[in-house]
Amino acid sequence: MSNTSSSTMRTVTATSRIGDIRAFAGFGSASVGCLIFLYAPIVFLAAYSFNDGRSVSRWSGFSLRWYATVFGNENIQTAALNSVIIAVIAATVATLLALGAATATVNRRATGGEAAYVVLTFPLMVPEIVTAVASLVFFVAIGISLGFVTILMAHIVFCIPFAYLPIKARLEGLDPSLPAAAADLYASPAQAFTRITLPLLVPGLLSGWLLAFIISLDDFIITALVAGPGATTLPLHIYGMLRLGMTPEVNAISTLMLGASTVLVLVSALIGRVGHKH
Amino acid sequence: MRTSASLSISRSSERAQGSTEKPRLHDPRQDTIAAEVKGLSKVYNAGSSRAYEALKNFHLSIHANEFFTLLGPSGCGKTTLLRILGGFETLSAGTCTIFGQDVSRLPPEARPVNTVFQQYALFPHMTVRRNIAFGLEMLGTSRVETERTVERMLELVHMTEYADRKPDTMSGGQRQRVALARALAPRPKLLLLDEPLSALDLKLRQKMRLELKALQRETGITFIFVTHDQEEALAMSDRIAVIDQGRLQQVGTPEEIYEHPKSRFVADFIGESNLLDARVSGLSGTEANLTIEGFADIRAPIEWPLEVGQAVSLSIRPERLIIREAGEETCSGMARVVARTYLGNAVEYHLVAGNQSLTARAPRGGLRGLLDFAPGDEVGVGFEPGAIKVLLS
Repeated sequence: MSNTSSSTMRTVTATSRIGDIRAFAGFGSASVGCLIFLYAPIVFLAAYSFNDGRSVSRWSGFSLRWYATVFGNENIQTAALNSVIIAVIAATVATLLALGAATATVNRRATGGEAAYVVLTFPLMVPEIVTAVASLVFFVAIGISLGFVTILMAHIVFCIPFAYLPIKARLEGLDPSLPAAAADLYASPAQAFTRITLPLLVPGLLSGWLLAFIISLDDFIITALVAGPGATTLPLHIYGMLRLGMTPEVNAISTLMLGASTVLVLVSALIGRVGHKH
Repeated sequence: MRTSASLSISRSSERAQGSTEKPRLHDPRQDTIAAEVKGLSKVYNAGSSRAYEALKNFHLSIHANEFFTLLGPSGCGKTTLLRILGGFETLSAGTCTIFGQDVSRLPPEARPVNTVFQQYALFPHMTVRRNIAFGLEMLGTSRVETERTVERMLELVHMTEYADRKPDTMSGGQRQRVALARALAPRPKLLLLDEPLSALDLKLRQKMRLELKALQRETGITFIFVTHDQEEALAMSDRIAVIDQGRLQQVGTPEEIYEHPKSRFVADFIGESNLLDARVSGLSGTEANLTIEGFADIRAPIEWPLEVGQAVSLSIRPERLIIREAGEETCSGMARVVARTYLGNAVEYHLVAGNQSLTARAPRGGLRGLLDFAPGDEVGVGFEPGAIKVLLS
């Protein structure tokens, strides 16, 4: 490792990029340290999901038995299905609402445009436990019994700002003369939106949806408070399993979730890159 | 651009009303008004401290089948006027009519007008063909009719082989042609062009000037062209409106605008001009006698009412200022050469005569080209007959 990094540093110095942080001594080893700090726990978790024994810290041979356990566990399957259903509905509804919000606020000079932007993105900065408690108190106050429906409603709400940001970014990058050109060519405002604006927004809509989907899929705090006794999601179920004792089954289910999230993030990034070429 | 097919571009039945629809060649229908604005004003941020009047009490008539140019420096209001005609801006006062129909309050999609945008605004997710077909589809033209018109448009702008390409794979000149075809396909009554050549390099710009002019003749559609480039305006237009600071300065053919500028602004903005201060010292019939400090009196035709004793500005183009060896009798005055600039086909002399500075441009070759002067030389200055214009303001 140190060999590679020092040769990189020489190349950087040779091209004399003044002020480039990569030219500082120790940059290479510091980067490696950071990467270990970030990813060691995850690598460790994934590795022990393949452990043959019941321990999550002592290696006793390779096996896929914990994955088999996961796929054979009906409770996990129910929780996972719940999570996916909630995430799909929440992401879809949040994306549609965010599309409306972004379309309405793209022109910040419009009346209240700036205020709308702040109101829409403020939930991102509110501590999640506050949102969770607020949601719980609200549901109890209006008398909705806690369960699947309250989880879904809470998820839709906290997904909106996550779906909103990529859509708004994409919308702001659109040339405003495109809808003008559509109107010039006899398209009604509705036709201009569906024929021109909407197709060009697709990359933003997809990244917004995927982001909302992932956020919904792995939410714990809010879900835990508004779930009530009956309904459960995958993160809640995993937490429950941990209280009964650590087994590599938890590692296996976590690794599966990690894999799914990674694929979605990569897809989202790829869509973003394709979208930027326009 | 010689496709006769373009002459039979058909309109959608919805818009094919009235008798002025049949395209004709070289027939500026002077009697038909294509577009007219009356008492038009546009105020931005009205009522606030940042209120800004972009157009002031504007009157203008544009004839059918005309290549009409709105010319002026940036920020003069020419683009605002175009956007008002297209329906992209509301007007603050006045009316705007297109072929007799009051369109002042109509949105862009309800106006029989198409626009070529400055950056073309081609739809990036559509092929060239789909871009050109868009307007016809929105009008509800039949599929067969649309396809036929799109093919003709592609031929008209020489883009047939690019029909299935997306706009972002094409050069600026090609995109320009597609934008033109897209705007012409629905056969608008007016075609608005918002500095469409400004994004192109010089060679292509000069080529497109000729193509645009030919296209206008072939299609018989009234073109309203916005530019800040006076050379472009002179080369292409049937008539030009010169605009400055939201006000109409002068309307006329390129010749009228260049040869008979009314104001200091027009004389200075269109081509180059020497502006001289003078006084009317006498009036006789159709001519005025003018006194310029340091020069012999000269005579110029009276084009608007003048009074004896009135202070006026005179304009004379650098190429119509004659310089000779000092002491020749035909000269009106003396000047000293301050600088000499070689321009290839001409030589430009910067002169000082008394407190006036002048520019003279002498072509190379020919009799006058034989003379040559150096900075410091004393020369005689004369004015070509009829070259002096008395400005209105």
